[in-house]
Amino acid sequence: MDARTQTEQIRTDPDLPPVAVLERGPMPASRRVLFTVVAVVGAVAWSVVALVRGEEVNAVWFVFAAVCTYVIAYRFYSRLVEAKLVRPRNDRATPAELHDNAKDFMPTDRRVLFGHHFAAIAGAGPLVGPVLAAQMGYLPGTVWIIVGCVLGGAVQDYLVLSISTRRRGRSLGQMARDELGRFGGVAALIAVFVIMIIIIAVLALVVVNALAESPWGVFSIAMTIPIALFMGVYLRFLRPGKVSEVTVIGVALLLLAIVSGGWVAETQWGQDWFTLSPVALAWWLAAYGFAASVLPVWLLLAPRDYLSTFMKVGVIVLLAVGILIARPEVQAPAVSTFASSGDGPVFAGALFPFLFITIACGALSGFHSLIASGTTPKLLEKESQARPIGYGAMLTESFVAVMALITAVIIDQHLYFAMNAPAGVTGGTPETAAEYVNGLGLSGPPITPGEIERAAESVGEESIVSRTGGAPTLAFGMSQVLSSVFGGSGLAAFWYHFAIMFEALFILTTVDAGTRVARFMLSDSLGNIGGPLRKFRDPSWRVGAWICSVVVVVLWGAILLMGVTDPLGGINTLFPLFGIANQLLAAIALTVVTVVVVKKQLYRWVWIPAVPLVWDLIVTMTASYQKIFSSEPRIGYWAQHRAFQDAKAAGEETFGVATSPEAMDAVIRNTAIQGTLSIIFAVLVVVVVAVAAVVIVRSVRAGGLPTTEEPDEPSRIFAPRGMIPTAAEREVQALWDARERERATTGAGS
Amino acid sequence: MSVRRALAALVRAGRAVHWYTTTLLGDHDYARYVAHVARVHPGTDPGSEAAYWRARHAEQDAHPGARCC
Repeated sequence: MDARTQTEQIRTDPDLPPVAVLERGPMPASRRVLFTVVAVVGAVAWSVVALVRGEEVNAVWFVFAAVCTYVIAYRFYSRLVEAKLVRPRNDRATPAELHDNAKDFMPTDRRVLFGHHFAAIAGAGPLVGPVLAAQMGYLPGTVWIIVGCVLGGAVQDYLVLSISTRRRGRSLGQMARDELGRFGGVAALIAVFVIMIIIIAVLALVVVNALAESPWGVFSIAMTIPIALFMGVYLRFLRPGKVSEVTVIGVALLLLAIVSGGWVAETQWGQDWFTLSPVALAWWLAAYGFAASVLPVWLLLAPRDYLSTFMKVGVIVLLAVGILIARPEVQAPAVSTFASSGDGPVFAGALFPFLFITIACGALSGFHSLIASGTTPKLLEKESQARPIGYGAMLTESFVAVMALITAVIIDQHLYFAMNAPAGVTGGTPETAAEYVNGLGLSGPPITPGEIERAAESVGEESIVSRTGGAPTLAFGMSQVLSSVFGGSGLAAFWYHFAIMFEALFILTTVDAGTRVARFMLSDSLGNIGGPLRKFRDPSWRVGAWICSVVVVVLWGAILLMGVTDPLGGINTLFPLFGIANQLLAAIALTVVTVVVVKKQLYRWVWIPAVPLVWDLIVTMTASYQKIFSSEPRIGYWAQHRAFQDAKAAGEETFGVATSPEAMDAVIRNTAIQGTLSIIFAVLVVVVVAVAAVVIVRSVRAGGLPTTEEPDEPSRIFAPRGMIPTAAEREVQALWDARERERATTGAGS
Repeated sequence: MSVRRALAALVRAGRAVHWYTTTLLGDHDYARYVAHVARVHPGTDPGSEAAYWRARHAEQDAHPGARCC
């Protein structure tokens, strides 16, 4: 250790060992060398990614650029945020220590809590968004995923976690009400609810698109339900508490389900039973969401969650190792022509603002603020650990998004567009799709229908044309990477369905947990209206639970059905709405954070949350504006609406991609709903931000306002500041361990 | 000698992974709860492991946690 480092031990009770260690001093020379090396490697990697053109770019450079940036950002920027805004004090007890009940409040080992928090924030979003964004080339997506996370997403997660920790782990909705007042709070609550509905619907749409007409996929996913039920019963009645044991059994059954899916899909009865149309699948999903919402947690939700956590961590590690070993070459251009023209088939609109809407999770995800408030703060051992957990877990998620982007840019670009362009333009067959993508002016030799067919065959699917939604493309890229490392082309079909299963599992976990959460939000809100509705507040009132579940499922189910049957292709009309919703939630979270910072008069550093907030507002408001007011039918919902209405009024029976009067009516109806939703989202967020602005002005005039932080309570436990304990912290830990041993022996003697 | 050291490192790594996965999934939660009860309410019966998990799940039933997209 450097001789100039000053160490101070902090005690809150003379009878206890120190509860915290403060270390001050310049960075040791060895560390300076290390960070210099990391910075140089990062700079080289970024230059390769940004400047080299053509086939020479290897995907490994993306990994280096990302990891080096994360290391530097974590060591320097997150420390700045900590020192200037968060100012954690480890001699202060966290809610977990203060209200420890060994259930929802309990001090949890920082490494374990990191795993919990990461598993809760990471879902299908960071996997799907980057795949869709790959239509603009690899560079814009990579830059936004990494820079957006470091300056925006990770800052949001970290700060929300910190302020919630100082408020007994209150939820974002409660904090919005506390800090913004009743009106702003109600607007925030409604916004959270509506946003949740659209997010569930769009994720469900991704699953439907991945599983429709795929008996292999449907069979494997369907099998996860009996597997989860078995695990639930096993844990409840046979061997309570043996969670990892049952998870290992569950994962083994899951792998068996994937393998046997291939056999089932070969048989006639398998094809008859498990080939489902998108509409049928949508109905099944809605039924599943309802069942998951009303069934007890132990039976379905908890075991699924174990499986999903296990798969999440496992697959991400597997993919990272695969990319590093396979070192695939990038096929996509750095910046495609669709970035500026805005007429790409995957989603409409130019790079600004729609790239930042499409890659929502992975760079900045508002949904995380619901996890970072409420759940994780109640488990935090020490305030300073919010940095590795809040900031650190988001960096990890951003890394997952970078890997998802890699899987999309290493596959043949003609194939990429054949998979991701809606059926309305590809025509749905290999012949028409080949003709369509060869006309896009992509680099590389044109694709033949035979090549598209062979690609589908190689992964054990009937067709891969217009399998929109991102999940099939990611699975295709993943199977390419993983089969080149493990098992060769013979296992390509297994890896494809493995990846599909992994994404579907994520999404179903979000769908069932989300339906439940939304159901509770609805019943709480109804109960708060009072009168005869007060009964809804009682969570054990089954009728109320059923009613609220039905309402929630009908809301997202209707949007899902609308997307599934949309003649324009559901993903490219609905995904922007999903992205906007998520980014608006981030705006609400960052607004709450900014208000807290202003109330505490930390004016000099208010830019830390304010810069991502302003950027996010510019992006989402521009996108909302274009979605509502653009006269270009491809972009504006209402322009599309009017175009179809005019066509109908003129007596046309077909118009654009709509080939029947019913299809035209569907477009007219869908665009009206989507346009209305865009308006609702934007208005709610404008209300929240306006209320916040009033509070900020009032606070600045008054010279700061009180916040709702809990009073300080001295801590009586010890834990290291960060992930890795320092030498001085190990010494203190040894004191606590010795004390524990002594108590154990005297306890046994008495 | 170095083989033995490598083996010892491997065993340590295996133990660490085992500790991490079991703790992450919740195998030790009940033991933690028993220790908690013994510390905070000495002399009270913490109840069986099955009862502990029933209560945990009932709690989750009443207070759902969100999962992200």
